Parts: sequence; C-alpha cells; structure tokens
Amino acid sequence: MNTRILGGIGIAALAVVPLLGLGNYHLHILITVLIWGFVYTSWSIMGRFGMVSLGHGAFLGVGAYVATMLWNTMGLSPWVGIPVAMLVSMAMALLVGYPCFRFRIVGHYFALVTLALGEVVRLTIVGLRDQTGGSLGMTVTGVPEGTSLLALQFGDRSTFFYVALLVWLGGLVIWRLVDRSMLRYALEASSEDEDAAASVGVNVTRAKLMILMISAAMTTLGGALYAQYQMYINPETVSGIAISLQIVFAVIAGGLFTQLGPTVGAVFTLLLAETLRVTFGHDIHGLDGTIYGLLLVLFIIYMPKGITGSIMAGLTRRRRPTPAAAPAE
Amino acid sequence: MLEVRNVSAGYGSFRALFDVSLEVRAGEAVGVIGPNGAGKTTLLRVISKIIAPTSGSVVMEGQDLSRVPAHRVVEMGIAHVPEHRRLFPRLTVEENLRMGAFHPEARRRHAERLDFVYELFPRMKERRLQMAGTMSGGEQQMCAIGRGLMSGPKLLLLDEPSAGLAPVIVQQVFSLVRRIRAEGYTVLIVEQNIQQVLQVVDRAYLLEVGTIKQSGPSAELLASPEIRRAYLGL
Amino acid sequence: MFDSFLLESIINGLLLGGVLALLALGLNLVFGVIDVVWICYAELVMVGMYAIFFLYVYYEVPLAGAIAAAVLGVALLGMILHRFVIEPVLGTAPINQLLVTGGVLFFLQAAATLAFGIEFRNIGIRMPVVEFGDMFFSFARILAFATALVGVLLLWLFLTRTYLGTAIRAISQDREIMPLMGVDPRRIYLITSAIGGGMAGVAASLLVLQYDVHPAIGLSFGPITFMVCVMGGLGNMLGGFVAAFIFAQFISVGGYLFQIEWGYVIAFCFFIAMMFVRPKGLFSR
Ligand SMILES: Nc1ncnc2c1ncn2[C@@H]1O[C@H](COP(=O)(O)OP(=O)(O)O)[C@@H](O)[C@H]1O
Ligand SMILES: [Mg+2]
Repeated sequence: MNTRILGGIGIAALAVVPLLGLGNYHLHILITVLIWGFVYTSWSIMGRFGMVSLGHGAFLGVGAYVATMLWNTMGLSPWVGIPVAMLVSMAMALLVGYPCFRFRIVGHYFALVTLALGEVVRLTIVGLRDQTGGSLGMTVTGVPEGTSLLALQFGDRSTFFYVALLVWLGGLVIWRLVDRSMLRYALEASSEDEDAAASVGVNVTRAKLMILMISAAMTTLGGALYAQYQMYINPETVSGIAISLQIVFAVIAGGLFTQLGPTVGAVFTLLLAETLRVTFGHDIHGLDGTIYGLLLVLFIIYMPKGITGSIMAGLTRRRRPTPAAAPAE
Repeated sequence: MLEVRNVSAGYGSFRALFDVSLEVRAGEAVGVIGPNGAGKTTLLRVISKIIAPTSGSVVMEGQDLSRVPAHRVVEMGIAHVPEHRRLFPRLTVEENLRMGAFHPEARRRHAERLDFVYELFPRMKERRLQMAGTMSGGEQQMCAIGRGLMSGPKLLLLDEPSAGLAPVIVQQVFSLVRRIRAEGYTVLIVEQNIQQVLQVVDRAYLLEVGTIKQSGPSAELLASPEIRRAYLGL
Repeated sequence: MFDSFLLESIINGLLLGGVLALLALGLNLVFGVIDVVWICYAELVMVGMYAIFFLYVYYEVPLAGAIAAAVLGVALLGMILHRFVIEPVLGTAPINQLLVTGGVLFFLQAAATLAFGIEFRNIGIRMPVVEFGDMFFSFARILAFATALVGVLLLWLFLTRTYLGTAIRAISQDREIMPLMGVDPRRIYLITSAIGGGMAGVAASLLVLQYDVHPAIGLSFGPITFMVCVMGGLGNMLGGFVAAFIFAQFISVGGYLFQIEWGYVIAFCFFIAMMFVRPKGLFSR
C-alpha cells in the first residue's frame, strides 16, 4: 500500500479521536504524546546528523518562559510571544553553534557545550526569581472565559488536541522537508568526512547552523505549547539537564532515523512512565525511575537503532534476505 | 625462528593477503619487498596480531601464535616497529623508549636496555627529555627502532624504516639496520626501497597484490631481470 | 576602599576551585583515555557520599575508615561501569556512549531515592570556622582544598613517574599501537576507570563534610564539572585544572556581587566568548 494513503488514513483516524467520547485522561495522554512527539521530532532533526545536543531544555525553557512572561506581565498574546521566543532561541543557537561548527567541535565536546547551555538557561530562570518565581515555577494567567484564541487558551481539551495535532503534523512535514533537502546531503556527506564535503563546495558550517536553528525554533514552539497546555511551568520541568536527557532518550528509544521514531519514543516513554506509576503508585519513591534508567541502559546496549529502527531492519531483512551479515562499523 | 604458513588476511570483505608463506631463521635478515599496497604492512600486522588472519597460522619458535593475545606477542620476542614510526608525540623520548619495555620481563631489565639503546643511538640520549613529536624524521625513526629494541626482542619487524626520509638519512638508517644485525638480532624488514634493502638482507620475498611472486638470496633477486625491469628501472 | 568581603569570596572561590579541579581532573582523565564522557560522574560522587554517611552514622565506622571504604567502593563502581556499561558500546556511535552513562545517571539517582528516600542527610560533623582578620573561612573548605591539591599532585606523580601512568598518557595519543608495546588496552581502561571512580570517591569525602546528601545532589555538581571541562578543553587535564579555578572565581565573586546563579551564567558567557577566541579550550595545544 502507498505510504501516502496510509498516512492520510492515519491522520483521518487521529482527527476523529476526540469525537469518540474518550475520557479526559485518555485525551490528556494523547495531547501529551503529540506535544512531546513534536519536541522529540525537533531534536531528531539535528540529532540524526550526529549533532547530539544534551541541552535542548534551553530552547524548551525559552519557549515556555518567554511566551508566558510576555503574556503574564505585558498581556502580549502568545501569537506574538512565541515568535519572539523563537527569535531568542535562534539567536542563542547561533551564538553557541557558530564557534562549535566553525571550529568543528563535535561529538562529546559539542554535547557538553549544549548541556552547559541548557543548565545556564535553567539557572537564568531561577536567577530571575522576582520575575519567574524561581524554582517554585509560575502559572500562566488564565483568561476569565477559559477559552480565547488570542491567548491560545482552550478550556476544552478536544480543541487543544487539534492544536497539538496540527503542530505535530507540522513537525513531521518539516522532518520530511529536511529529509528531502540538499541540507541532508550536505550534512550526511559532512558526517562521513567533513574535509571531503567542504572540498566539493558544501558549506558545512552554514548547513549545520541552519539545522540547529530550525531545531531550536521548533523546540521553542514545543515549550510554549507545553506551557499553554499545562498552564504551569517550572525550571526543572522545562530546562536543565534532566529534561534535556529525557528528550534524547525518548528519541533513541523510538528511533533516531525514522520520521515516526521520535513520536513512537514519546508513546513508549509515556506509556512506560504511566504503567510504572499505575503499577507501583507514588508510594515507592524512585522505583519507576530505577526501572526507567535500567531500561534506558539496556536499550542503548542492545537496541541502539530504537524501536522503529529495529522493526524496519527486521522488515528489510525478511523482504530480501542478505547472504552475509553486514560488517561491523 | 618465525614461520608464516599459508596466511590469508584482509579488511572486512577486502582480501589483502592470499596464502602467503615465509620463514625467518635465527640470525637472518630477511626482506619483504614490493610496491605500495602489496600487503607488506598487512603481513606484519598479522604477525604481531594487530589483525587476525582469515586462515593460516604464524609460528614463533615452535609456538603457534593464534592463541596468544596481541599484547603478549611482544613477550614472545617479537618487536614490531610500525609504519610511519608511530611515536607518542607528547611523551618524551625516554618515556617513548620506556613504553617499549612495558611487559614485566623487559621492565625488570629496563635500565640495562636503556643504556644499550643510548649507546646505540647517542643522539637519543641527548634528546631524552625532548617531546618525541618535535624531533626530525630521522631522529624519530631512531627512537622508534630504539623503542622496539627496549623489549629485548629476538626478532625485530621493521616496516619501511626509510620512508619519508632524506637520502642522507636513509643511508644512516640502513647502516643502523646493519649494526643491529651485527648485535645478533634477527630482522624482518619491509621496504619499497628495493635497491638499498637488498644490500642489507640475506634473503628477500617479493610480494605483489597479496601473493609472494618470487623469493631467494638478495644477490639472486638483484640479478633477476623482472625485478631489475619493474623495480630498479634498469 | 578595601573590601574584605570581596577578598573573602575570592579566597572562598580558590578553596572551591580545589574540589572542582579534582572532579574535572577525574572526568578528563577518563575522557582522555577512553574517549567517553561519564555523564553520571557526579552521581558516582553521590554514591560515595551516601556510603560515607551510612558507614559513619549508622555503622559507626571511624570517619577515616568510612572514607577509605567509600573511595575503594566508588573505584570499584567505576570499573563495573566501564566493564558492563561502556565496554559493550565502545565500538558504536559516540551518541550511544554518551547516553548510556546518562541512563546510569537516571538509574543511580532513582535508585538512591528508592533506597534512601528524598531526605537531606548530614553526617553531623561540625568543623570549626577559621577567623582571619574580619574574614571567616570554613575549615571543611580549607581541608577540602588541601586534600584536593594533594590528590591532584599524587595523580600527577602517578601519571609521570610510573609505567602504568605513562601508558595511560600514551594510550590517549595512539590507541592502536598499544598492543605492540605489550599493553593490553582493556586493562588500562579498567585501571583508568578505577582511578576516575576513586577520584569521585575522594571528592565525595570532601563534599560530605560541607553539604547534605540527597539523591539529586549530583545535579548540582555535575553540570558545573562539565562546564569546567568544556572550558578547559575536554580531555585536557591542565586546562581543566586551571579552568576549575577560573570558574570557581566566577561562582564565588559573582555570587557575592549578584546571586549565585548569575555567577554561573556569567561564567558560561565568558566561556562562549572565549570559544570565539580559543575554540578548543583555554589551553589548547
Ligand atoms: N585499515 C585498512 N582498511 C582497509 N583496507 C586497508 C587497510 N589497510 C590497508 N588496506 C588495504 O590493503 C591493501 C594492502 O595494504 P598494505 O598492507 O598497507 O600495503 P603495503 O604496506 O604493501 O603498502 C591495500 O590495498 C590497502 O588499500
Ligand atoms: Mg605499508
């Protein structure tokens, strides 16, 4: 069957979900999956080219806090606040990314630079405690009527579901556009051999910067959306090392190199967290996290292609049996 | 002393050596000559177990090396001076030399061996506290050979010791190899500088695209019409 | 006018720098040799702090014994981490090596919560305060500074004066030919991991005298350590050492002039600015 038809059916099926009369809990789970699926997709857009950021919490945090602060203090609509936040994130990405890419800081070193960036944004939020409430977090000021398009607030979950669905689909479209673009060839060539890529006229630094800025802007939108949905944010949940690592792990679990991998990662991690929570409850502090951490380690050791990657590898193997196992890299 | 029996080896699916056999007897100096890409380096890598052969075996003094881990080969009396010298650039000359005597047996006698190497290369003694990476190519080659001698080997494997050196230095390197022979070491030397190496070794093997094409005493190879035509330009 | 509070915070920054230097050195050592960043490094420190706390407070082991046991225990933990978590992913993409230790971070943090709860625990040793003019310094900090310096010195002697230490420096310069020297790289990796772990253990013994232990304490030291390593050039031990003291000044003086968070933020901005000037770290070769 054609993947396009399959995709159309999938979207149509998702679009009628709120009409099925699902309870609030299930709708909440779905919206959460869509928002995080979008954030994870944003990360994977650069992660798949070997640019491993351990600091995407920085962009998430800027999205959540800039938009919320502009709204709370100045009454500026998120329709303006979100683009402003995106610009802030992109400027940050440029400032950190330029020296890194220009001087070919890659791999573990780049990961640590971004990790530091994520931490610095968290500390800035805490440091601005008079404006942000510090580590206590802040509440998005609600509109009295509960729903307002201008304030991007929807009292009704189904409406928010459609908003999240649209944003998530937008993320998939951008993923596909990048996948089909010249940027991809430039970056794949450069992750093999940066000198060779540069010698055939690919401006590697610029290609990497563009990808980083796209990814940062998208993540910022995700952070703002998260704030609009939860109506409450705090520095630990939208910035810093923990959330940054969570983003990466989910993508790895789902699969880094496929379009739906990050979303599968969102479904998987959320279901896992919910299952562990429901099974063990909140009484035993840390049990869910212990199992989660253990699973992550096992995942990376035994299933580095992630869920979708492994399924795809299994399918292709079945379709055309290869005579010899691929040589190790 | 060393026997290479029907060795085939490669990288991934690429085969670099096909059924190669050779022998080095105690006290001999043996050359392996051949053009770039023939598989000479690969052969030495198989002997010192940096890579494993796909078939065939390497036997040192009657002991099959297939079950010996790579880092134990040097304890069997084989010292490998790798292609491009491969010194540790940010260690001093003396530290480089000491690394050559890492295994316990050699470490016990390292002071004695260090004296021996310094006597052989007075230059190294002058430079002992200099970072190895800052020396000239010829000096680095001396240091690399010295590092190989530090393990107290019976057999010295030399991979293109003259590559990339100025002609005067090349002369020095070859007279060094003669000197080392005179000290009683058995030497297996890989070279592209065929004219020169055949003056130094007793016998040689000609390796081309992974197979031994010809072998015999140096004088015989020097007189061989094929070698004269293809490699000596005569 | 002479500001003795400023001087006090400069000196306090110097004292803090010692512990940071120790942490950065351990991380840089492991990275230099194995090419892997232990994202969970600060969590190893946490494990060491808990070990000292429980041995000393609950099992009434003398403090010196508790510390010795913790240092050895964390060293062993470092070896286990390497053997069972890092080794399986060594040949694979760098991202896996980074993340697998990130998974260990989550695991250790959650396991500590599970085992010990989220309470803050203090070993309850009150160290005297040293008075100097009208400045006050915590004795624990001075002790930590001195111990960290001794630790750094011992490590330096080990790396430069012993065969094993030389091999550790050599392996980061040329991995492939180590077997030709008769060196088994796997053994060197394990030894390095033990030393890296041991240094986390030493850091734990210094921090446990100054701070409460809780499962998330790693998050307050880990990111600083990474920033220091990044600033000094990852894997560059001398760079990390100097960067630790620069960084500590930012935190301490920045914290005195503004608020502690701004110290970090300014330090990071300084780092980004430096990256335009010296991209491979302050002390790149
Ligand atoms: N690490 C490697 N990976 C893949 N192929 C290699 C590698 N090293 C050498 N080769 C190939 O194996 C063949 C033999 O190489 P080598 O033994 O280095 O030749 P020589 O030393 O005679 O110049 C060459 O075709 C070379 O391209
Ligand atoms: Mg060669």
